[in-house]
Amino acid sequence: MAVSTSPIDLSAALVLEPVAALDWLVILPVAWCICIGAVLMMIRQRGGLQPLIAIAALCVLVALDAGLLWHVSQDGPATMVMGRWLPPFGIAFTVDLTGALFALTAAVVALIGAIAAIDDINTSGRRYGFYPFLMLLMAGVSGAFLTGDIFNLYVWFEVLLISSFGLLVLGSEREQIDGAVKYGFLNLVATTLFLITTGYLYGVFGTLNMADIARKAASLQDTAPLVTLTALYVLAFAMKAAAFPVNFWLPASYHTPRIVVSALFAGLLTKVGIYALIRVSVMLFPFAREQLSLVIAIVAALTMLTGALGALAQTDTRRLLGYLVISGIGAMLAGIAIGGAGGIGGAVFYALHSMLVMTALYLASGLAARLGGGFSLATAGGLYRDHLLFTTLSLMLFFSVSGLPPFSGFWPKVMLVKAALDNGAGWLAGALLFTGFLTMIATGRVFLLAYWRPAPEGRATPQEALPVKALLPLLVLTVLSVLIGLLPETLLGLVQNAALTLNEPSAYLKSVFPAGSMP
Amino acid sequence: MKSLIFRTAAPVIVGVMLLFSIFVLLRGHNEPGGGFIGGLIAVAALSIYGIAFGVETVRRAIVFHPLAISGAGLLLATLSGLLSMVFHVPFMSGLWVYPVILGEEIPLSSVMTFDIGVYLVVVGAVTSIALSLEERGED
Repeated sequence: MAVSTSPIDLSAALVLEPVAALDWLVILPVAWCICIGAVLMMIRQRGGLQPLIAIAALCVLVALDAGLLWHVSQDGPATMVMGRWLPPFGIAFTVDLTGALFALTAAVVALIGAIAAIDDINTSGRRYGFYPFLMLLMAGVSGAFLTGDIFNLYVWFEVLLISSFGLLVLGSEREQIDGAVKYGFLNLVATTLFLITTGYLYGVFGTLNMADIARKAASLQDTAPLVTLTALYVLAFAMKAAAFPVNFWLPASYHTPRIVVSALFAGLLTKVGIYALIRVSVMLFPFAREQLSLVIAIVAALTMLTGALGALAQTDTRRLLGYLVISGIGAMLAGIAIGGAGGIGGAVFYALHSMLVMTALYLASGLAARLGGGFSLATAGGLYRDHLLFTTLSLMLFFSVSGLPPFSGFWPKVMLVKAALDNGAGWLAGALLFTGFLTMIATGRVFLLAYWRPAPEGRATPQEALPVKALLPLLVLTVLSVLIGLLPETLLGLVQNAALTLNEPSAYLKSVFPAGSMP
Repeated sequence: MKSLIFRTAAPVIVGVMLLFSIFVLLRGHNEPGGGFIGGLIAVAALSIYGIAFGVETVRRAIVFHPLAISGAGLLLATLSGLLSMVFHVPFMSGLWVYPVILGEEIPLSSVMTFDIGVYLVVVGAVTSIALSLEERGED
């Protein structure tokens, strides 16, 4: 065997042609969030300036993510590999429609959260660092949605986890520390499992680049323990997403922080788990997903039902909403279990809807508590008489989360039920519909007790009308939900294309390995 | 700590350690070392200073709040990555310049500024933790 003595030809491993300006959109959302987070960290004492910078920065982030979505929907998946190294050597950021849609919705939710926080987070909360934490959380969330490298995904999970710890204990109350311990412990177990599984995957594949894994998985189907790997990933991400039976941490911790923080968590964190699950089970290991689909379907049905029944049993509105988050996760899992363009598209659509609506519901519960005197359903009442606009918005959100037309919750439910029936899983379709019914009863109960019922005797009803500033975030989210419900065609087309790219990732692979550069 | 020997020796040790931390930071490109380990050595130095003279003295000595130092480091590291945009190469590409200063060629790079950023992040974050722990001990 002749040993080559020539120097290593670096041109085979390095990016040599200049990078297109549009491809910078792939990395900019993350870099932007980190930069602004760092600046806010440096001016932590300037409480008045923080919200202004953060809101302006998040507006830019929404614009960047919208631009990215436009770019991806026009030109197909986009890739940038760090430090000139070609994949699979360098860490690739690869964005397809799914990632771009999630990133844009997350940015919108964060922007709304930042606006709502002007009212909810006081000066000491700002000093403590609410806005820097929010920006770094968004860096983690955007990174998780945009990365094309599975170990890098783990890193972004850690980034968002650490920021979420900071947000969770904002205020350092006894109850918050208690919630943070439960949240932190279970999430650390889940991330550790994620890391161990990734080590196992690296042992099998010798690569961490998602496109490379997807490419190799088909040929390794018979020899490598892919079902085991996928099952471990499903468990790890199910913990993150709070699926039954590892869902107990969510209702135990989500009612403790400030209401804006709860709203952001409900909108962002569990959905990152769902996104990771979709990415791994649908794109990387489609064969193993089919093997596991019955298990995932059973978990999905149980998650939906425990969530909805849990919501019926609660008297604290924040805990009740925590159970509704879980029940929504069940619906997304059902979509993953069904598979195909309908199932995956439905899951993605449901996730986007849930990000907007659950955030709105938490914000609404915060406002209701301010107006009606607390989070407990036993003492609340009288909101309908005094605050008509707020009541209308809340009712619309209740309908939306239950999946009634003409709101955003309706279309994903239709897609999921149709996909389930097409696949002969009538029982799963039944579970979806029954959960919608139970959710309707649970939210109806909130409406009856907190809104319709007259305020209890002897309580001085606070007469202050809500300032527009406080209602604005809720109004924007409700309008978005109605718009999606009334004009679903664009989004339906996008999520169906997203599901197609996930099921048949050749465009994704081509973006990472352009023709001729396959290693 | 009320030990005359320790208090007399501390400034010297701290000075040497800080210098050594910068040496380790700059050496890190091709040899063992780098921003992370250099940062930890600097934190050890500041902690010794804190044990000898009290937390307040350290806070005055480093002028900025530790977390602000961290933020500056994070910003510097990210901007080193974004510098690639100007040269049309992918994010975080290593960019080099070789200015000749006093007849000596000094290689400078965005890799180095990134590493200095890491150094500052570690110094800020870990000092912040160490100082709050020492503060607890003082009460």
